[in-house]
Amino acid sequence: MATLCEGFTLCGLVQTQNASDSPIQGIELDEDSDHAVVTDSTRSVTLYKVSDQKPLGSWTVKQGQLLTCPAVFNFQTKEYVVVSDNKVIRVWKDEDLNLDKAFKATVTADVWRVHSAPGGEPVVLFQRGAVRFLDSLLSAPQQPIEDVLSEEEVIRWSASIVAEEQHFVLFTTEQNGECCLYVQRLNPNTLQKYRLEREDSGASPLSFSASLRDKHLNLLYLYPNGCVYQSVVAARGYVGLEGVQDLPRSLRLRLPVGEGELGAASAVALDEAHVAVVGVPHPSARTGKDFLCIWNTNFQTLQAGILRNWSFVWCYLGKLFVPHGKALSIIPYECQKSSLASALGKLRHTGIAVSKSSVAVPSWNTLLHGDQPQGPTKIVETRKSVRNVKLGVNCVQPQPHQTGPVDEVQREVEVLVSRGDAQDLQLSVGQLACHLVARSQAETAFYTPVALAQLVQTQFLCHSVCPGLLLLSLEHKDYFLCQLCLQLFPDIPEVVTCACLKTFISNEVLQTPYSDNFLLPHLKDLDTQQVILFLQYLQFVYLKYSQDVYTQTAGLRSPTMTQIIDWVCLLLDAHFTVLVMAPDAKGLLSNLQSFVKSQVKLFSELGKIESSLQELHKMKLSKDISQYSIEVIELF
Amino acid sequence: MGEFKVHRVRFFDYMPTAIRAMAFNAHTERLALARMDGSVEIFNFTDHYFQEKVIPGKDSRSTESLCWVGGRLFSAGLNGEITEYDLENLRPKYSLEAYGGPIWTIISNTQGTQLAIGCEDGTVKLFEVLEEHIQFERNLDRQKGRIISLSWHPSGTHIAAGMMDMIRVFDVPTGHAVQRLLVDRGFGGSKSQETVVWSVAFLSDHTVVSGDSAGKVQVWDGHTGTLVKTHLVTKWDVLALSVSKDESSVVAGTSEGTVIQFQFIAPTLHQQQDKEWVRTRTFKNHTHDVRALAEIETAIVSGGMDTHLVVRPLLEKFDENTEMAEITLAGFDSVLLFFPQRNLVSCAKKAGLLLFQFPGQLELWRLGDSDGHDGRNTVNIVDSFQTKGSDHICCSALSSCGGWLAYSTVSCVRIYRLQTDNNNISITKVSKLPKALRSAHQLCFSSDSSKMFAASSQSSVLVIALTQSECKYVHTLKPKSGQQPIHLMTTSVDGKWLAAANSDCEIRVYNLQKLKLHCIVPVYGSCPSAMGIHPTTNNMTVVHADQQLFEYSIVEKQYTDWSRKLQKQGLHNVWLDRDTPVTHVTFNPKNPNQVVLHDMHMFCIIDQSLPLPDQKTQFYNQMTLRSLSEQERPSHLHAFKICKTFQDLLCVSLLDDQSLVVVERPLLAITSQLPAPVRQKKFAT
Repeated sequence: MATLCEGFTLCGLVQTQNASDSPIQGIELDEDSDHAVVTDSTRSVTLYKVSDQKPLGSWTVKQGQLLTCPAVFNFQTKEYVVVSDNKVIRVWKDEDLNLDKAFKATVTADVWRVHSAPGGEPVVLFQRGAVRFLDSLLSAPQQPIEDVLSEEEVIRWSASIVAEEQHFVLFTTEQNGECCLYVQRLNPNTLQKYRLEREDSGASPLSFSASLRDKHLNLLYLYPNGCVYQSVVAARGYVGLEGVQDLPRSLRLRLPVGEGELGAASAVALDEAHVAVVGVPHPSARTGKDFLCIWNTNFQTLQAGILRNWSFVWCYLGKLFVPHGKALSIIPYECQKSSLASALGKLRHTGIAVSKSSVAVPSWNTLLHGDQPQGPTKIVETRKSVRNVKLGVNCVQPQPHQTGPVDEVQREVEVLVSRGDAQDLQLSVGQLACHLVARSQAETAFYTPVALAQLVQTQFLCHSVCPGLLLLSLEHKDYFLCQLCLQLFPDIPEVVTCACLKTFISNEVLQTPYSDNFLLPHLKDLDTQQVILFLQYLQFVYLKYSQDVYTQTAGLRSPTMTQIIDWVCLLLDAHFTVLVMAPDAKGLLSNLQSFVKSQVKLFSELGKIESSLQELHKMKLSKDISQYSIEVIELF
Repeated sequence: MGEFKVHRVRFFDYMPTAIRAMAFNAHTERLALARMDGSVEIFNFTDHYFQEKVIPGKDSRSTESLCWVGGRLFSAGLNGEITEYDLENLRPKYSLEAYGGPIWTIISNTQGTQLAIGCEDGTVKLFEVLEEHIQFERNLDRQKGRIISLSWHPSGTHIAAGMMDMIRVFDVPTGHAVQRLLVDRGFGGSKSQETVVWSVAFLSDHTVVSGDSAGKVQVWDGHTGTLVKTHLVTKWDVLALSVSKDESSVVAGTSEGTVIQFQFIAPTLHQQQDKEWVRTRTFKNHTHDVRALAEIETAIVSGGMDTHLVVRPLLEKFDENTEMAEITLAGFDSVLLFFPQRNLVSCAKKAGLLLFQFPGQLELWRLGDSDGHDGRNTVNIVDSFQTKGSDHICCSALSSCGGWLAYSTVSCVRIYRLQTDNNNISITKVSKLPKALRSAHQLCFSSDSSKMFAASSQSSVLVIALTQSECKYVHTLKPKSGQQPIHLMTTSVDGKWLAAANSDCEIRVYNLQKLKLHCIVPVYGSCPSAMGIHPTTNNMTVVHADQQLFEYSIVEKQYTDWSRKLQKQGLHNVWLDRDTPVTHVTFNPKNPNQVVLHDMHMFCIIDQSLPLPDQKTQFYNQMTLRSLSEQERPSHLHAFKICKTFQDLLCVSLLDDQSLVVVERPLLAITSQLPAPVRQKKFAT
């Protein structure tokens, strides 16, 4: 779980003319973790003590001169380095008061950035892609600087990473809408170019963030359509590869962008599972993109968010530096490892988890006896109402659930649900649910289906928080609540899943996460009639879906074909010997067998077609011979 | 062996026309085939389906139906005429106006004494077949609506006639219609359209089988006029029917390009008595209408809009005891005949000109002389001759110097003088031709272009002397016997020898200095499909339709040692299993050991200095040789060097400058010019 702590303002900022530009060029650290070197967008560099929120020193270039790159700290020489007017490198120490009197060197090409990282020498990256160590550059400032990039290629972003005595400079470029990543290894120098996969919209990434993890360079980048991709480049390994390689990417996060596309936004990787994002709307808020959010990429969940007006973010040592309005804010954060990440078993279908839409699988009854109003539509409405609630106030521990009658408890729950703050609510909802379940188990007359459903719908509950809930609802034959639990609980044990199966068959059951090894012994508990019924149902669902497999879209709350087949296999595994002996199952089994046969046949036919199609493809390549040509053939 | 410069020519837009009708003569085993352009081809089914004879078409002639009476071939068409063909002179013998409007069909009785035609005006007309002629006998009762198809009962007493929406059965002696069989219309929208009974078959047991435009094959009882069975076989038309000789099987050709077989069999093993017509097999060898069908003893022959003739062997007709048993299963593939097995391309080897023969015109092209570096090779279309009159061209020739061009139709011969002046070619028609030169089956020029030879009737050859000023008749080389037309002619380079082959498989060699017969090459059982005389040794290489290859020394009047060696060892099975005949033999003037041959799918250079391949040798070994090192190669070489780089070949020739000319006509290009086939529901569309 990631949390954002209370932020504070480091300093005021001068508003730039263009509001979308950041008033700050860059924030860098020096040897003291409590220090921050802030370079503004014009002429001055200021060193702050973060905890005291006060400046320790400030250096400014003359009027007419312009700082063109954020100042950095040279960790080896304890000096600061900055570039003014693209070509003039200035180096000064803490005690120097006047920047004009500091050491200056003019180089022959425009500098893009100076990068410095603890444990490594500062590196100068030129606008045309060349890289030099600062020392060697300053020893011969007039040395010729080669052009690495082609004429129209422009650097968009750069970073340097030092690890395991390896020093990397990474930079991305853009040319005619094509983005490339350059990885420059230093000592020995090798340059590798990777081509970023083009986004369908043709847009280029809004922001990049690089980190080193497990000997791999991770590049995280955000597109205007809200997609956050991650690409991985091995830090060691091939260095001699020639030419441009395609950089494979994986989608880590699809951020809700609301209407239109993101204008200015950035994403920063906090650790392997968490990404801080600014400039992207909060999924619960209707309008405005002025949020800082921390997302868990493993579970695609939003873990924290604050409303502020900003679009840039830096991250150093557990603090986020965010300029907004007229101030630079610092927001400490905390990311804990999620325990669920290490959980075994099959996860939910990601499509389902992301879309959270609640279109029901056709129930057997609906299909057999026509359409009847059913629970799921209600779910949509109630969930909407929950979402619309503005979370914000700390909740007060409710009392009446201990002894009060059903309607009073109901009221109490409503109050709680309607005002709870995100973090606190989780705890109180869990406690409340446990109390209610315990009381229901003790007093047979007491059962509050509506209240429990509401609690479940807050999505703060899971099975491990309140283990008795699902069984209780089963006991009371409250299938609506059961379905709801099956839908929303990520961690239902296999034994409970099987218990549900014994009582009713649903779609929801098929979609609960499970792991084969744990499920199999519990499946054996089902009796033959139940198994046959269940198999019949699975067959029915399968046939139903295989008819209109193309209309099945991702994100519907429907079991996938794979899920259905998996369940069929599991059931047969668990009960095959019994089923073979059961006369009732004969027809069913032969049906299943013929259908497996037909599937095998279909696939073998498809396999055959595949090779023919490939041949066709090859044939197309054969050159078109013109009406007349003079050729030379050789006979032996 | 070395490199060859190849002129790869694909600009001969040869387009075969659709097959309209066919008739099989079971006695002589000849298949007669009529195409849309009015041409008729005769294939010899005892000799590897060799295309023995071609009777050129005529613009006004359209053949709807063919019919054999003994060895005589009759046709009838929409021009309202019945034509008998002169198969020795390859021309119509006579045509007779039937006065019944367009004729849809012509049949004969089994006795061969009468012909019956079905006319547009609703009459069935009977003609008596006389010795040299046919004579109108009488009409059967005139019906309302056209007569599309006819079938004579084997006994000769009844005729079934397919019409619009019905079938009539006539009693021949009285001429009255005795049965009226009503044919249902198609379903749905086609209900309003008349059903055309495209084909009927009258069997010995008075069963009538019909195929109609509603896609049905129906079985009727001809005695009672009742419908016995309906097979709906296609959404489109059933166009043709053919009955096997023993009447146990009927095949039907459809617009979808399928041929569907029905067999008269007992549906179960126990009731051998109760036989019925059961649909058994479907063959799909065509993409378009199957207009013509013949079920013969061992195969189903079909042809139609997609222009190629398909011979589909029937596996069950070969039992183990017959000589065919040695044929492997692979030999049962359908034989597809695409191209005419005669020359449509003449090549002037010295001048680098190509002459293409179309039915109604000739095209003369010059080969590019650039060495191909810039990729812009110039090919000039020099001229195209539009023939006068409606007769189609039957043969054409170009002298090797490129100075003379000649062609013939069934009614006239034309000779042109070509003069090359830089890049312009002027063409002068030779106005005065000898009277004896009326028409020719084959034309060829001597290699020095001083003489022209024209194959005329009864295997005779006219010798014409060519000078700048005139064409003079010199002599007629006339054999003592021989009736069949000459289909191959070749001369020696030294001008001394002329060889001519006819479809009786006779090859005569004439001495041109003495103007008399030199010798007759021993007659071999298969028709020669190509021959050539070697420029230096005067040995004649002859290839036959059965793929056998002989080399005959004209001077010594005997087979050469190499030929004997080849016959003794036997040709390689791979060579013998090819299904298209060799149509050209040429020689390499620079290397006397090399003979160049080609069929439709490959060309072959035979190097007589190399060892012959035995059956264990890899026959197509060019790829292997390519992969071997220089040192290893010699041990793997054999005499037959086959190149399959070029496909669908109409001509391969070796020019005097050692470069090869390869004229390809890709089948795909032909297919792409065909009209769209009927729409069919394809899986997953």
